[in-house]
Amino acid sequence: MKRKAVITLGSLALIATVYLFAADHIDAPGVASTSSDITDFYAFQSPETSSNVVFVANLQGLLSPSASASANFDENVMIEFNIDNTGDAVEDLVIQCTFKDGKVYVYGPMAPSRTGTTSTIVSSMTATATANITAYGANATVGTAGGMKVFAGPRDDPFFMDFAQYGEIIAGNATSFNNPGSDTFAGTNVMSVVVEVPKSTVGGSGTINTWVTSNRKQ
Amino acid sequence: MKKTYLNKFWAVAAVCTLALGTLSCGDDDGGMTPETSTTYVQEDQMGRPAINTVFVSADKKDEFNTTIPSMQGAAFQSAFQAKLLALNPDYTTNLLTFSAAAFTGALATDVLSVSLDGTTTFYDGTNVLTGRALADDVITVELILIFGGPDATEKPGLTDDNVSSNDKAFLSTFPYLATPW
Repeated sequence: MKRKAVITLGSLALIATVYLFAADHIDAPGVASTSSDITDFYAFQSPETSSNVVFVANLQGLLSPSASASANFDENVMIEFNIDNTGDAVEDLVIQCTFKDGKVYVYGPMAPSRTGTTSTIVSSMTATATANITAYGANATVGTAGGMKVFAGPRDDPFFMDFAQYGEIIAGNATSFNNPGSDTFAGTNVMSVVVEVPKSTVGGSGTINTWVTSNRKQ
Repeated sequence: MKKTYLNKFWAVAAVCTLALGTLSCGDDDGGMTPETSTTYVQEDQMGRPAINTVFVSADKKDEFNTTIPSMQGAAFQSAFQAKLLALNPDYTTNLLTFSAAAFTGALATDVLSVSLDGTTTFYDGTNVLTGRALADDVITVELILIFGGPDATEKPGLTDDNVSSNDKAFLSTFPYLATPW
């Protein structure tokens, strides 16, 4: 099994380089294979508490188990969950996550000091919740405060797809998917940030528009 | 190629470490520190799965990642429509009854809508785009909407990648994602 996983990873890296495709993994040259590359974004009602909503940002995709042990969050990168609850695709609320000295700090949900591609964090601001970043192989450390839960650390990549065969189709080498298909992301990890908040803090009811951004300290 | 990837990773890690070494001063000044604000500039962004990777041409991917969602429709809809019709020249409408223009107009503004009132799923046969849960087979949904035609029956070889679940079971409790391999 181990040997198979290693071979799969080798071919995965090759395919990834050639086709540049995944959910959002290595989607663009400016961020591909860097500490700010977002691989995936999820937002769903909490399976534990139906009055809560969960946001997940995954970073640094295609980590092998050995690479996961030494992977870190970049202390110069801030992850921001954006929430629009007026339907204009402009953020009305943000949840900001920063990483320092082995801890994740989560601010918000709160109105941003400004909207758009530049964000600020004021030094006097108090984090809503913090947690120790969970080390590879350790039990998940969960920070809980103010109705919020937070986790940061390596996880199995929840994304699944026959990415290799998609590449073959796009390249004109195949005309259909295989059955059964093969999950190209099997056995790989990501660096995850998971934040759960009461729905009442992000609009309460109705539909919100959400997206995640990675942002580098200037 | 794996080696190249790892080398890149470590190069980035080294640069970040250097940057930290030179920038991380002034944190231990106690109550004497005047209030400062740290500025961050956006590098990557994502709403729905696979939008940038499927619909944006190689030379525009970084631009898409730094165009705010409220401006994405005007900047990218027509290119998305051309890409859709290149992927599927037979496109008429899809299961959501969207024309090519309407479908790509919806996709180009890359935000994920999330219901705060109940089931959250990309598509479960009843609910459409009320969120994205970990187990949702989002790629098959997108393939159906791109290739499947008005009743999802066209081009059956392209509407399902036949990978329908994750390789590790999700957790029933926070943080929900499975432990790493």
